[in-house]
Amino acid sequence: MQQKAEFEQRVQKALNNPQLRRNFRVAMDGLMEKRSNAFPDKEALEALRITGANIRANALVKQPELLEQLEANCTRNGIQVHWAETIEQANRIVLEIMERHQATGMIKGKSMVSEEMELNHFLEAQGNSCIESDLGEYIIQLDHETPSHIIAPAIHKSKQEIAQLFQEKHPDIPYSEDIETMTRSARKILRGKFFEADVGLSGVNFAVAETGTLCLVENEGNGRMCTTVPPVHIAVTGIEKVVEKLADVPPLLKLLTRSASGQHISTYFNMISSPRKPGERDGPTEVHLVLLDNQRSRIYADEELFDSLRCIRCGACMNHCPVYTRIGGHAYGSLIPGPIGSVIEPQKFGLENFGVLPTASTLCGACGEVCPVKIPLPKLLHRLRYEQVRNDHTGATIGQGSQRSTREALIWKLWSWAHANPAVYRGGTRLAGLLRGVVPNKIGPWTRVRTAPKIAPKSLHQLAREEGFENE
Amino acid sequence: MSKARDNILARLRARNAEKAPVDLDRTVESPDWSREERIDRFCKAMRSVKTEVHTVGRENWAKKLAELSKQKKLKNLLYAPAGPLAEPIEAVWRAGEGLPELVTREVEVDGWKEELFFDIDAAVTSTRSAIAEVGAMILWPTPEEPRTFSLVPPVHIAVVEADQLHNTFADAIAAEEWTSGMPTNALLISGPSKSADIEQTLAYGVHGPVELIVLLIE
Repeated sequence: MQQKAEFEQRVQKALNNPQLRRNFRVAMDGLMEKRSNAFPDKEALEALRITGANIRANALVKQPELLEQLEANCTRNGIQVHWAETIEQANRIVLEIMERHQATGMIKGKSMVSEEMELNHFLEAQGNSCIESDLGEYIIQLDHETPSHIIAPAIHKSKQEIAQLFQEKHPDIPYSEDIETMTRSARKILRGKFFEADVGLSGVNFAVAETGTLCLVENEGNGRMCTTVPPVHIAVTGIEKVVEKLADVPPLLKLLTRSASGQHISTYFNMISSPRKPGERDGPTEVHLVLLDNQRSRIYADEELFDSLRCIRCGACMNHCPVYTRIGGHAYGSLIPGPIGSVIEPQKFGLENFGVLPTASTLCGACGEVCPVKIPLPKLLHRLRYEQVRNDHTGATIGQGSQRSTREALIWKLWSWAHANPAVYRGGTRLAGLLRGVVPNKIGPWTRVRTAPKIAPKSLHQLAREEGFENE
Repeated sequence: MSKARDNILARLRARNAEKAPVDLDRTVESPDWSREERIDRFCKAMRSVKTEVHTVGRENWAKKLAELSKQKKLKNLLYAPAGPLAEPIEAVWRAGEGLPELVTREVEVDGWKEELFFDIDAAVTSTRSAIAEVGAMILWPTPEEPRTFSLVPPVHIAVVEADQLHNTFADAIAAEEWTSGMPTNALLISGPSKSADIEQTLAYGVHGPVELIVLLIE
């Protein structure tokens, strides 16, 4: 139950921080509005979502074959493909590539998989430097934080907080709270880093099996820098990112940029199919693709939870989540926050560690409604609530049954027994009516912000009978 | 290594038998737009993300390029002497006065990276085609016009042919038969680099070009 106590502490801290709440409220309202404006035609949106869901579902069903095809095509194109079952293996692969090139400096484009691997931490422990180049990632790296949103990692910070952080870390740059000035400062600082770096690392948005192409969506140009300027490019991705055909990319791209930030298209869409060829004058001479499993194949095995692998990481579910908007990304304590995080993270890192996350939802359904690939998020949250208390030992989710409480199980057993036995039920409600005066005014957390419920003197059944309703 | 590969594939295959195939309809309908509509949409979409678009003629685009370079007080302009734009540019530069220095380095970028990163003001490149629906240019960089030309200098000037405008991205992939062979790098570019990472407020000029200028040849 420790995870629950820690989670509640983080939530309390977040809720009591007006600045943080304001930052999230403003940002999420903006993102919701932008998304809504980007999809003016609701029918077209629905059709596009169905296409997106089918493209992703098709890619998942054919995943083993597509991964082999991707590997074959990438290899033919000159991209070196590596497979990692665990994050340890993936980190090791990256380190070995760096060592082979006697590289010590890495420049990174935004990659949630590298966050999942805790790659920076791993490489720094080996004496290497890793610099994040996405503006948001750079800001949180300066402050030794983790992303609070998968698309906008520094969304929890106000411009004043960022200005102070810049002042502290780069005292030579004049203090400014002007967003464009701060952005230009980051440009200046990072330009030198792109120039020097031995290795560039990126994530992958879609990996196309048909052509062996790695697709990256971005606005800043740092993704292009990381994949173009250093002599070695390493792309890390989860195995679920593979899609079958090049023709599958345009609908997914459309859904991704519009759902994420309301853009009709990102500034850059970068498609990489090979390292520098003879005669070409720039680009990395080596391109590596690291395919990471880390429990994805376990999720894959479950008929229902399988759907969570359709995710294209747009962040719309968190932007629309009333819980996320109020508590922010860090309160979740997981790498990916919000509804999709509450579904994926417990499956990757165990219900014993993250079982509390599926309960951090009102099940209002907003996440499921906006998901561009129609992941039934509320249903999956519900399913994981069940997984963590079931005790039949037949599920495949890690930490299954770990949150089961004997007391709670007994209460539900009694409840279902009472509801299955009319005599007991009648006796029980009558007794409750008689004892209504002694119900305590304080019932745990419920009455912290609410008044205690009062049991009516007569049950609904009793009132109905008095009104002359017949039971049958 | 291959052990990891075999294990992952085996795990995926172990449960795959019962998964029903998805009925995926890939037919896409392209909008019925005229050439004018395509041009209009392209310009509007690109301008909405702060791209400076100038419609020009085939005869005078290089003059416009010279005029803009002067106006923007560019110190120098990187171009590809063996690229498709070379002749008109060289002709205008020969005739013009007070124009920025034309720079060219027909060698691997590694050898003059420092100059490219810190001394070049602007680069001009051709484009392969463009997408009307969302306002994006398609570039397949070549040895003559390498990837960094459209990325590193603070100003990128791109020449787009209106005749090469596709309705949608899907149209471009199909009509140009991309599946028969992808280049080292294919790019869509829709504007100058930007970020909204601070308070969701758009700021232009992050790591890629600060300014994107499009000369659209009508």
